[in-house]
Formats: sequence, structure tokens, C-alpha cells
Amino acid sequence: MPSLGADMETGTLVEWLKNPGEPVHRGDVIAVVETQKGAIEIEVFETGVLDRVLLTPGVKVPVGTPMALISTPGGPPATAAAPPPAAPAPALVQPLRPSPPVAPAPIARVGVAAGPRPHVSPAARKLAEARGVSAAALTGTGPGGAVVRADVERAAAPPPAEGPKRAGLDLGEMRKAIAAAMARSKREIPHYYLSQPVDMSATLDWLKAVNAARQPPERLLLAVVLLKAVALALEDFPEFNGFYRDDGFHPSETIHPGTAIAIRGGGLVAPAIHDADEKTLDELMAALHDLVARTRAGRLRSSELFDPTITVTSLGERGAESVLGVIYPPQVAIVGFGAPALRPWVAGGRIEARPLMTATLAGDHRVSDGHRGALFLLEIERRLQHPEDL
Amino acid sequence: MTEDEIRRVVIEELSNVAPETDPASIAPDEDVREALDIDSMDVLNYVIALHTRLHVDIPEIDYPKLLTIAGATAYLGHKLGSAIAQ
Repeated sequence: MPSLGADMETGTLVEWLKNPGEPVHRGDVIAVVETQKGAIEIEVFETGVLDRVLLTPGVKVPVGTPMALISTPGGPPATAAAPPPAAPAPALVQPLRPSPPVAPAPIARVGVAAGPRPHVSPAARKLAEARGVSAAALTGTGPGGAVVRADVERAAAPPPAEGPKRAGLDLGEMRKAIAAAMARSKREIPHYYLSQPVDMSATLDWLKAVNAARQPPERLLLAVVLLKAVALALEDFPEFNGFYRDDGFHPSETIHPGTAIAIRGGGLVAPAIHDADEKTLDELMAALHDLVARTRAGRLRSSELFDPTITVTSLGERGAESVLGVIYPPQVAIVGFGAPALRPWVAGGRIEARPLMTATLAGDHRVSDGHRGALFLLEIERRLQHPEDL
Repeated sequence: MTEDEIRRVVIEELSNVAPETDPASIAPDEDVREALDIDSMDVLNYVIALHTRLHVDIPEIDYPKLLTIAGATAYLGHKLGSAIAQ
């Protein structure tokens, strides 16, 4: 079970999309897992043959639990759906043990995991039945790892009346995920903040002219222009693009900005757009269009949640003037764009009305300083004065 | 198309871009961005849907006219009417 963000502790297998014996290629979607961010398509990190599946649908397991065995050509089977070596979680690189047999389908009750069953206290069992939770699939925190009432209460879905429910997305669960990640960020990351007003006349005029010549399906949004400006500026500022881990900062060679996408009814996910610096604005627009649709439907891919290297948040035309972001760990920076608005601006010694937008940066002081952060923001501003080069 | 039919199309397409909301229940002159919590990607999807379904040209500069149900109904009615007249 791959970790799909700093806040994820468990995932529930929904279905396998490949059968044992089938060949799989790196990047193939092999399974669907239910998480706090909706149903996620799990991509495989190995090319080989799906040898055996170790989990049955309906089972909730901790991050790091092997899900399947994949035979690679000329090598021993590898565990499937483990992240690449760049970001190992200890449980994912444990040596393979002989795996417990998968329970044959006729006697496998949904929610019964392969392997030793945890002890479940009678009170917890009763509560689990009442709440419709599979107690046997929980990780126990009681004596000797026993599942106790508190474990069941944690796992029990909130009653439907508690908040808006949507297909594929549980907003109550998503709020818990946001809370965990942001609390960790504020606990661990010494943030510093910078802001810079940007004259958006050039970008907005250029965008207006481009879109005037296009039919609606081909039009660009300001958000993708901003995304591209950040991605290109990052090429000269690697200290804002990467991951802070136990042994320090690891800059990323690739630029995968996570794009903050709001969920109607309350909620937020920031999945990655891969290699944004190498995509054209049209390619970025298509990628963002697809990403927003799948985020709101609750159907993202594991790699999109797994590897954003920085976050970009654009408040849009109805937003506030500026946003001072909270860094999403293990990232080390978040760039924010407020709503552009007509404001007084001094140009050539005269006061003029110009569309201004406040660009902000929250940086991780363990990795960078305000001086470099200011240069990074100025580089973004400079790029936005020449939108035709983006 | 009658005015009522156009209004039904507008409400249906708003409902498609914001399936958690009930566009039929908002006031005709309410800003749909506020009332339905619609962002710029949703507005684009709504315009794409109207453009594709009704075969009308909708320049970006006219987007503000589509942001209330009454405004969109009048705007599309005018566009469809002048298309027929030609």
C-alpha cells in the first residue's frame, strides 16, 4: 500500500484491475484504493508478471503493507505498488517473507485480511457490527495489538448527517487528511513568507488576444500561464523544488507542481502536473482540465498524489488579494497567486490603473532563505512580463 | 427554441458542472459563481457545454453575460434568434 501523501496512514483495496498471470508494465493502473482523497488508481512501479495478489477487496491495511507479488524478468518477485527508491518508507523495503496464502474466495468474508487475525475485544466487536466496520481489518492499539473500541470509533465512517457526502469523496475524511498534513507542516517546517505585486497587464492582454481567436474548448485559463511561469522559474531555483526527508533536503530533477484544487462543499487536494516545465500551455491546459475533473470525481492516480515537488495555489478571479500558504510536507515551498484586480500603479512617474496580482512564497527555512526566495519571486514576475515566451 | 427551453438548457448545464448544487433553486439574477461556488474552470466547462450544445459563438468578453440564469437565457436567445434570422 503506497503512501499517497504525508497524511495517509491506511488505504482500503476497492478492486484489482489486473488478474494473476497477466503481464504488467511500469505505469499501468493495477488496482483502485479508497483513501481520504477519494478512490485512487494505483500505478505499478515494476514491469513483469502479476504473480499473486495478497489482499482481497474491502480490506483496509496500513501504508507499507505488500499488496501483490510481481515476477520481474530474471529476478525474484517484487512487491507491487511500492514507491520508487527515491522515497522509501521503511515498511515498503522490508525483505520479502513467504506470503500468507490468499483465502479462497468462497470462505473469504469481506474485510478479513490474509495473515494472522488481530485479537478484537468483545466491546469493539459489538461496536464494529453496529457501525458496519470490519474490526478484523483494523490496526489495534490495545494490549498486544488488540483492536479496542477506540480503534473502531476512529475507523467508523461519520454518520451521513454529519456533512455533505459525495460520490467518490468523503469530505469528512478529506478534512482529517488536511488537518493531519497541515498540523505536521506547522509543527515541523519553519516557514518564511514573501510577497510581491505583479503588473499583469502584459499577461492578461496576451491571454485575451489568444482566447479571442479560439473557440471555447481551446481556450486557456490564467491558472496554466501562472503554472508555467513558476515551472520555468524553478529551473534556476532548485532549492524550492523537492522533498525534505529525515536526512535533509533532496532537490528533484523533475518539476511536478501540485495544483491546489478546491472541492465544492469544503476540501482541497493538490495533485501533481508532471513535467510542467516541458509542457506547452495547451498541454498544460489539457492536463489541468483532466486533473480538475478527476479530482472532483474522486478518481486520481497514485503518482499524482505521490510526487508533487512544490505546490502552486491560484485564488482565481473571485479570490482574496493574497494567500500566505502552508507548505505541504515533505515539500519545501508553496507559491500563491491572489486575484488580479485593477489598482493604482506607478509607471513612468505617473499613477495608472493596472491589473495587479500579489504573488507570494512560503519557503522552508531549513532549506532556503528569504534572499533567494525574493529572487525566485522576481523571476516569476519577470516571466509574466513576457507571456509569449511561456 | 423558446425562452423556457433555453432556460432549461442553462440550468441543466450549470447542474452538470456543479452536480452537488441545485441551480433551479437560485434567483434568476443571482451570480452563479457566488450561488453555486463555481470557479473559472467550471465557467469554462459551462461555456464549452453551451457552445457545443447550441452551436453559438461565445467570445470570452461575453462571459459576464452568462453568469446569471436570466442573463444567459437572454444572451443565448438573442444569439439563437439572430442565427435564425440570418
